[in-house]
Amino acid sequence: MIQEITVLSGKGGTGKTSLVGSFAVLAKDKIMVDCDVDAADLHLILNPEIEEANDFFGLNEYFINRDVCIECGKCEELCCFEAIKDFEIDVISCEGCGICYLACPASAIETRKKKCGEWYISETKYGPLVHAKLGIAQENSGKLVMEVRKAAKEMAQKENISLVITDGPPGIGCPVIASLSGTSLVLVVTEPTVSGIHDMERVLDLCSHFNVKVLVCINKFDLNLEKTGEIEKICRKRNVKIAGKITYDYIFTEALIKSLPVVEFSDGETSRRIKSLWENLYNELNR
Amino acid sequence: MIISIASGKGGTGKTTISTNLAFSLAQKGHKIQLLDCDVEEPNAHIFIKPKVELKETTSFVVPQIDEEKCTYCGECVRVCAYNALFVAKDKVMFFPQLCHSCGGCAYFCPEKAIFETNREIGEIEAGSGYSIEFAYGKLNIGEVMSPPLIKRLKKRIDEDKVVIIDAPPGTSCPVIEVVKGSDFCLLVTEPTPFGLNDLKLAVEMLKVLKIPFAVLINRWNEEYFEIDSYCDKENISIVMRIPLERKIAELYSEGVLFSKELLEWQDAFCKLFDSIEGLWK
Repeated sequence: MIQEITVLSGKGGTGKTSLVGSFAVLAKDKIMVDCDVDAADLHLILNPEIEEANDFFGLNEYFINRDVCIECGKCEELCCFEAIKDFEIDVISCEGCGICYLACPASAIETRKKKCGEWYISETKYGPLVHAKLGIAQENSGKLVMEVRKAAKEMAQKENISLVITDGPPGIGCPVIASLSGTSLVLVVTEPTVSGIHDMERVLDLCSHFNVKVLVCINKFDLNLEKTGEIEKICRKRNVKIAGKITYDYIFTEALIKSLPVVEFSDGETSRRIKSLWENLYNELNR
Repeated sequence: MIISIASGKGGTGKTTISTNLAFSLAQKGHKIQLLDCDVEEPNAHIFIKPKVELKETTSFVVPQIDEEKCTYCGECVRVCAYNALFVAKDKVMFFPQLCHSCGGCAYFCPEKAIFETNREIGEIEAGSGYSIEFAYGKLNIGEVMSPPLIKRLKKRIDEDKVVIIDAPPGTSCPVIEVVKGSDFCLLVTEPTPFGLNDLKLAVEMLKVLKIPFAVLINRWNEEYFEIDSYCDKENISIVMRIPLERKIAELYSEGVLFSKELLEWQDAFCKLFDSIEGLWK
């Protein structure tokens, strides 16, 4: 059976990607996945060589052919996205429903497939990485997340790999829900700040909403010990285990500047804590 | 003037900048409106501590099928670009999470068997704190679609004030919905390879949207100069640098506006506003 660990945080910048980069070093026989498709960063630590690039198509895009248009205004009247004005479709506002295309009495609206991004299968020093790049100002990040996860699962099956580690996006909306459905275990990375706690609670609510098993890691725990205590209290109350506490350490930035996972960059206290976090995660997965 | 604060990468300090900028300007007598449009994970209210005067739920129009009239012809399924409808022999299934509320199914149903109902997707709270008119949206847990809530929140924009909008991280639909229509966008980044990579994506997005912008480097230090080199090369103004200081991080962790405690920063934020106005004009 393929198992998947998904790393989320609610709030951005709590250290998801840096920790996932270290898990890539520590985990054996796994596939790494970057599901933060509109601001992907994991490749900056894992330095992949792209082996296969695939186009990602979102919904179709639509144009009005002014030579055929009878200027009846039907399309503008029907468009719920306020994307049509003066017989022109604003591609940024258009959500691709195609109602204008179907309803135009003069058949003046044309459509074509739209490439919305790319996804890749790559090789890294630590094993395969599946990642993606959403096109500039494109929608449909949730669908791209699904494609990336599907590709990783297929690869795992084919190559008999039993573990997938997924770096998720921030927030609690569309791409997060797409990253979370059907995963084996979620790790929520939080920080001891009022915002970190607020956002962690929302992502924990999301996990219970979808009935997914979850653990918490407190990053930068020594920045504010009182708030760390608060997180521990909340987790106890919710019956959520704390899988690790990581120090507020500039080493995260130093390792990143060198384009290295933290545990490869240093043997210090922070790396020891990340190793123990990984062991706890792995044990929980196999319990 | 409408200024949105965005970033690409999460956790670079968008909320810190938008709340401290709003606070510093309000202290100097400017009329300020602050909208927290990061409806998935709103945080500005933690710092503004508003007295909430209004709460409203936001809903989203979704189809409902009148089983008496439905003939299971499948026309609604055919027109739905989002695969939100599915028809079986004697049943139409609707998946609300996939629906974009385009109204196509109801419009094209030959039996007029589809009518529209409302489904609640989130909540807006409005009020004021520190003489700032403030509003924020909160997406319900499990909801996928944040843009309709963002649109609703942006209807509150009062152009007689200086409007500061806190955006979500990333560069996809919710961010575009937020920054669309802004006069200026301030991009907050940090001096790391992640910060640089995601800054580039945000810059590309703003070029497509044709919104003027400048960069603010948060947690600035002298270890990593690539942001400077990139901005230099691309001719992008760096309008402010906030140093990496534990004191600022600690105040943030407590939910305290750092310019309220470290007073010298109020002038710095007012100067930031002057630079933005200068670049905009």
